[in-house]
Amino acid sequence: MRYLPHTDDEIEEMLAVVGRKSLDELFCSVPDACRYEGSMGLPEPMDEWQLTAHAQRLAEAMQVDHTYNVLIGAGSYHHNIPETIRTVMGRSEFLTAYTPYQPEMAQGTLQGIYEYQTLVTRLLGMDVANASIYDGASALAEGLLMGLRVAKKKAKVAVSAAVHPHYREVARTYLEPTCYEMVELPVGPDGRTDLSGLAAIGDVAAVAIQSPNFFGVIEDLETLGKDIHAAGALFVTSFTEPLAYGLLKNPGACGADIVCGEGQSFGLPRSFGGAALGMFACRDEFVRNMPGRLVGQTQDLDGKRGFVLTLSTREQHIRREKATSNICSNQGICTLIAAMYMSSLGGSGLGELARLNYSKAEYFKAQLRAKGAKIVFDSPTFNEFVVEFQEDFRPTYERLLAKKIVAGLELGKYYPEHKGRYLFCVTETAAKEVIDAVAGEVKP
Amino acid sequence: MKELSEVIFVEKLKYTEDHEWVTGSGATLKVGISDYAQDQLGDIVFVELPEVGATFAKGDQFGTLESVKAVSELYLPVGGEIVAVNDALGDAPELINQDPYGNWIVEIKPSDSSELEQLLTVDAYRQLLRG
Amino acid sequence: MSTTNIPGLSGIIQHEPLLWEKGKKGRRGMCVPASDVPVAHLPAELQGQGVNFPDLSEVDVVRHYTRLSQWNYGVDTGMYPLGSCTMKYNPKINEKVASTPQLAAAHPMLADELVQGNLQVMYELQEYLAAITGLPGVTVQPAAGAHGELTGMLIFAAYHKAKNSKRNKILIPDTAHGTNPASAALCGYKPVPIKSGHNGILDIQSIAAGMDEETAGIMVTNPNTLGLFETNIREISEIVHAKGGLVYGDGANLNAVMGIINARKCGVDVMHLNLHKTFSTPHGGGGPGAGPVCVTEELSKYLPAPRVIKEGDKYRLDYGQPESVGRVHAFHGNFSVLLRAYSYIRTMGAGNLKKASQLAVLNAAYIKEKLKGTLPLAYNRPCMHECVFSDALLQEDKISTLDLAKRLIDCGYHPPTIYFPLVVHGAIMIEPTETECKEDIDQFIEVVKMIVREAKENPELLRQAPMRAKTRRLDETLAARHPCLCG
Repeated sequence: MRYLPHTDDEIEEMLAVVGRKSLDELFCSVPDACRYEGSMGLPEPMDEWQLTAHAQRLAEAMQVDHTYNVLIGAGSYHHNIPETIRTVMGRSEFLTAYTPYQPEMAQGTLQGIYEYQTLVTRLLGMDVANASIYDGASALAEGLLMGLRVAKKKAKVAVSAAVHPHYREVARTYLEPTCYEMVELPVGPDGRTDLSGLAAIGDVAAVAIQSPNFFGVIEDLETLGKDIHAAGALFVTSFTEPLAYGLLKNPGACGADIVCGEGQSFGLPRSFGGAALGMFACRDEFVRNMPGRLVGQTQDLDGKRGFVLTLSTREQHIRREKATSNICSNQGICTLIAAMYMSSLGGSGLGELARLNYSKAEYFKAQLRAKGAKIVFDSPTFNEFVVEFQEDFRPTYERLLAKKIVAGLELGKYYPEHKGRYLFCVTETAAKEVIDAVAGEVKP
Repeated sequence: MKELSEVIFVEKLKYTEDHEWVTGSGATLKVGISDYAQDQLGDIVFVELPEVGATFAKGDQFGTLESVKAVSELYLPVGGEIVAVNDALGDAPELINQDPYGNWIVEIKPSDSSELEQLLTVDAYRQLLRG
Repeated sequence: MSTTNIPGLSGIIQHEPLLWEKGKKGRRGMCVPASDVPVAHLPAELQGQGVNFPDLSEVDVVRHYTRLSQWNYGVDTGMYPLGSCTMKYNPKINEKVASTPQLAAAHPMLADELVQGNLQVMYELQEYLAAITGLPGVTVQPAAGAHGELTGMLIFAAYHKAKNSKRNKILIPDTAHGTNPASAALCGYKPVPIKSGHNGILDIQSIAAGMDEETAGIMVTNPNTLGLFETNIREISEIVHAKGGLVYGDGANLNAVMGIINARKCGVDVMHLNLHKTFSTPHGGGGPGAGPVCVTEELSKYLPAPRVIKEGDKYRLDYGQPESVGRVHAFHGNFSVLLRAYSYIRTMGAGNLKKASQLAVLNAAYIKEKLKGTLPLAYNRPCMHECVFSDALLQEDKISTLDLAKRLIDCGYHPPTIYFPLVVHGAIMIEPTETECKEDIDQFIEVVKMIVREAKENPELLRQAPMRAKTRRLDETLAARHPCLCG
């Protein structure tokens, strides 16, 4: 077996050195009652060529594949990924390396993460960013817990109902065994968070608003931030589409204290939801309360610049039960991929791509309006929006599916009040013809 | 790390088993850590100080000292109210390494002065380290 | 003068500045498609000022990251004997399978019937992990080992809550990884440390003394972080169960015992696995990993939802678990990592997975035997897939474990795990894994012996090491005192 290099001779030789007569004897400290009986019930091994054929069969079992136009965002976005990323980020020095605990032989990973942290702070307008959390949802949960740690004596957090439903579920899961309470803030008829009930909730440690929110609506973060601070709470913002900040005013400029979100748009394939990238940033004053790894700049014995993991005393391997989080890993190669994507786009490219996404969505909205469909929320949106059709859209949806277009996400499962309405997303990957084809199927 | 013979002791201070020293006999007392402690900890990178006005009982944790790879809790030798903290340690935690006896960490107004009597003399502390 | 053959040489290492120290405004590194729709304008009050990213050409970016990669060291570069990390070879075919376009393009919220291929992978992986552990209920949602531990603790909390049993403590051995108490604390459990016995394993009396009706259970790593099998695991489980507690198994060291032990028979109720350790998925410089959790039939109802079930020949996401602890990930976990582990299991099969464990243990036992005269063994007992030495001998020469590790870098090796577990002074934990061949292990042993000789004869070589890497030793104190976390 090609991953097991030992020959029978070598095994015999090594057993002799160890003083055992067989491989089984190596396990003399394992009591019989713990032993696995018989053989593990797994399928027969496949060679490389059989496995390749099997992967092909699995691929054929995907009715919606990469040749389809999937016009859904909702936390997972279809963006073009340049070939350079596949090639360079596939290099085994990046891929097969461990966490950079021996910094002298891991400066590639460390400088790469330092650059990622920097680009994220510039994107979000914040002081410091960490080396990533697992995904946008766990990042939000960690952000809320951090808010509670900083606020110390408060026991509630408030989260907008326009935050991604799965993110709210994860936050609830994390808060369930604690003594903390999570309250939801309603969404107004304009598709934006309604903060009017905030005072009534009482002592809130942190308030989380997603922008653009699940409905694609751009929240008025600046006004919300002022109200939230006036209520004595920390301002946490969340996002699922970081590309929006190539165009929109960033959360830092709107007064955010903690920003957390999903970075998958920046060079990662959708891949059924993972591996993802939890971006996390905060103000300087809170850095020692921040979860996750941090890379910092320093110098070596010769005075040469270098990078190391730092402020490690926040983390589990030192603080154990008093750590800021239990997180041990980060998303590793995904952070480098995102940094490479951001640096490939550059400042000008980021703005251009964001404007293109926005323009595509505005064009799509106009085409749908012309066919009598209703764009449910008046407020400005980025590259996603909610549509209500005059007729039951399902037959149209099926017709479009047959044309290899997935026309949006029906919202009833997530928001009963929006049953029959569809959340659409268009990015730079949706050609005008595809948009026209969808609009063309809508009955006026 | 230093050999025991290299560790510095200051005669007139009182010490605790947690390697803190206490000085003063009037209305307020100052607290710091011993040379042995700073040597064991290594380079101190951060000092977490309590808020002025907070009160703690004898033995309560009032702060922490962080080195690169470890965190050390600080326990109050004598119960009381924090009347001052050494702000210089915010920007320059290394002051404790450079001069552990010249750089106090907190100043307290003791609630029960008799607790001071229960602390170790320099000889008792030296004995503790030897044993 | 040494005649030992060491793999580390000097080479040309290119300098490469930070991204924003290069490039020129107006350069572009990737295509932005031309617009085929009218340009729309966002209301001015919502617009930002533009983002201060550097502008780089494609060549700038490719050279930048290529050079950075050359400063790194991966499993493909050389031996990586990090204890408890299982740095085994990462098969390349797994990368190809994970990038199969149809599978990699999938949106996670598509209807089940449209994504049967991916659901099949998740379902079958659930089945395989159940077979390997003996625990039938499996979730593949947790995105890392620590995430799996958190999930396990959430299951403990849900179980006890359903029984109206107020438990606020949990037993954790002193050899435990830091994520164990950290994960327990996130669920409101106060960790109660249990000292391991003089022989390096947990003894029954300490557990009996610590376990009561206010304790949720115990978190055990088996084999433990000293590389020793917790021989008393069944008795320990019985004690915990007798007082209504649960047993959590930290599966980080599963590479020692695949096909050899049955976790269920050991008395484990909840267990996480590290796919990026035991199941060959690449470490990626720190992630992404995956931490599936396997539980008993009784506890299955608490697993995060949704899980994949099979009805006839169709796969479906099942949300019908009202007692589930809820979601721990926005979608299905790190699916691309799951796909790699799935490929690995399909490649190895039961026989080779068991062989892998046997050979992993053989390699570690061999190293232990060959080095025990050179470095002091922490515990002179049969080891599993890793062996632990202390720094007692080195200390006599005023050399630290760190110095030994840094000299190994100069010799072309990634050092073993150092200063963990905390119960061994100056611990050096060596886990070769099964993918290292005998001659590479023999060479490693010779180099370690050479370095220990150097510690006596020429200690400056160790104290000044590394001299051949991209940088010399870095000032971590400066980095912590005056944090500079972005440029």
